[in-house]
Amino acid sequence: MKPATIINVLVVAALLVAPYWLNAYWVDVLNSIGIYAVLALSLNVILGYAGLFHMGHAAFFAVGTYTTAILNTQFGIPVLWLMPLSGLTAGFFALLVARPIIHLRGDYLLIVTIGIVEIVRIALVNNVFGITGGSNGIFGINRPELFGYVIRTPHDFYYLIFGFAAITVLLFLRLENSRFGRALNYIREDDVAAEGSGIDAAHYKLVAFILGAFWAGMAGTIFAAKMTIVSPQSFTFWESVVMFTIVILGGSGNIRGVLLGAFLIVGLPEVFREFAGARMLVFGAAMILMMIFRPKGILPAQPRTYNLDFLAGSRGGGK
Amino acid sequence: MQLFLEQLTNGLAVGGIYALIALGYTMVYGVLKLINFAHGDLFTIGAFFGLTLLLSLGLTSHIGPVAGIIVLVLMVMGLVALIGALLERVAYRPLRTSPRLSAVVSALGASIFFQNAIMLIYGARFRVYPHDLLPTTTVSLLGVSIPVMRIVLFGASLVMMAGLYYFVQRTKTGTAIRAAAIDQGAAKLMGIDVNRVIMYVFLIGPALGGAAGVMVGMYYGQINFTMGWVYGLKAFTAAILGGIGNIPGAMLGGLLLGVIEAMGATYISLAWKDAISFMVLILILIFRPTGLLGERVADKV
Repeated sequence: MKPATIINVLVVAALLVAPYWLNAYWVDVLNSIGIYAVLALSLNVILGYAGLFHMGHAAFFAVGTYTTAILNTQFGIPVLWLMPLSGLTAGFFALLVARPIIHLRGDYLLIVTIGIVEIVRIALVNNVFGITGGSNGIFGINRPELFGYVIRTPHDFYYLIFGFAAITVLLFLRLENSRFGRALNYIREDDVAAEGSGIDAAHYKLVAFILGAFWAGMAGTIFAAKMTIVSPQSFTFWESVVMFTIVILGGSGNIRGVLLGAFLIVGLPEVFREFAGARMLVFGAAMILMMIFRPKGILPAQPRTYNLDFLAGSRGGGK
Repeated sequence: MQLFLEQLTNGLAVGGIYALIALGYTMVYGVLKLINFAHGDLFTIGAFFGLTLLLSLGLTSHIGPVAGIIVLVLMVMGLVALIGALLERVAYRPLRTSPRLSAVVSALGASIFFQNAIMLIYGARFRVYPHDLLPTTTVSLLGVSIPVMRIVLFGASLVMMAGLYYFVQRTKTGTAIRAAAIDQGAAKLMGIDVNRVIMYVFLIGPALGGAAGVMVGMYYGQINFTMGWVYGLKAFTAAILGGIGNIPGAMLGGLLLGVIEAMGATYISLAWKDAISFMVLILILIFRPTGLLGERVADKV
């Protein structure tokens, strides 16, 4: 077995047995890590694969979360049924906001997406359409139920969240090597050249945005179910920064890197909780140091290489 | 009409502050193509350092209120400039050849670092500026009573902006900054020490931001360790509004954004004030991505 495979097996085994060893508090921390991991993986489609500087992912997460919260508390629709619907709402929202800005380059896109997340947060605080509950948010979201079993404790949620995370990882691994994933990579490296070889860059970028938003919206359902209370404070610009940092610091475009990033960015501050304010000070400094020593992230994406030796033969000798 | 003029002067006073912060963003972006997310926190540092000096030195009672405040602002500018240059040296210079987004994350890390440093030193609650620094009297203009404070603040930001404009347009260092903003490589070939230019940019921008911090403290009376990022985002909006990388653009954008915001808060909704600024930002970027005055620097993003 390759060393990478051994590590994968060990990590998965450790994650499977972790809840038996840990108390409710630490399982809850793992649950947060799991949700952020899913969010960061969904952001990675936009930021890592398509190379779009997107710092407003919390906006899509918020739309999904609030869709679940509103429909569950108003109409009593079971929480987990709302997962695809929350994803679709977030995806539709992404289509609306991304369509006019998709042509913006680099930093301009970064700034616009920050603007969007702030507008969404202010709209939630101002109780837009009278359905978001203002700054108090919405409470009384039902517990999710799976085949008649009510998911209640952190340990229950652990398997729901990490099950979802596992599905996410498997699907996005497939995506990476699909026609769509390769097109995104091409656009990331050079969108002019991609256009030149017949890839509709604007279309693919938009689809990447919608897919990432769809997935963040589904993560929103799980988040709403876990919290049972949602409020605008959970969807500030800093939430977007956390997701963004996980992707870049872990290794943008590399699923393993993003997962490691989620563990470090969400987990480490919890480990050092007893140091109160100073831990965030160190955290900020650590972000700078990490970038200086590993500017492409801890686990950078491996450039895709193709073996073209077979072409040499048909041309009678090659170089 | 009275309300309109009242809000116009308010908007101009706040807009002058936005413009001062925006200059720091636009200069850094012009030369380095980096959004300095920690710039807003340098502004907060200015506000807090100003408060410390006010409370500890008693300058205003020793050498009179006007001279006292001028000396105070100059001291704050000096200190924040040093921190700015240090920030560049530690967090940005090692990343100059790295992927663009790593510098962004470094800037975010610096922002988190500064915010928490301020919180650890000064505490998390709001701190209050002494309210008797500037005369609270008003003057009557066209039938509208305008607080003297507003005029002083607006005048002060105009003076600083004019000083910067003169520096950038007329001095040798200013010319070097403009050259480096157009093409760093070519500037290097012409014998310009680009590292030095970048250091100047990181001295001047934060100095102006620090002054803006003291001005906000005096204008609103309350400061808090998190205030930097809202002002930072607004100022960045202002820089984009005017055309990022363009110094007069940042000035115009700041004043305009201040006025738009004041008008929006009065005539549309106070609760949506911040959202209005961001909508302006999005509309500008959709319809005129180079800003009102156009981007002086070629866009090679």
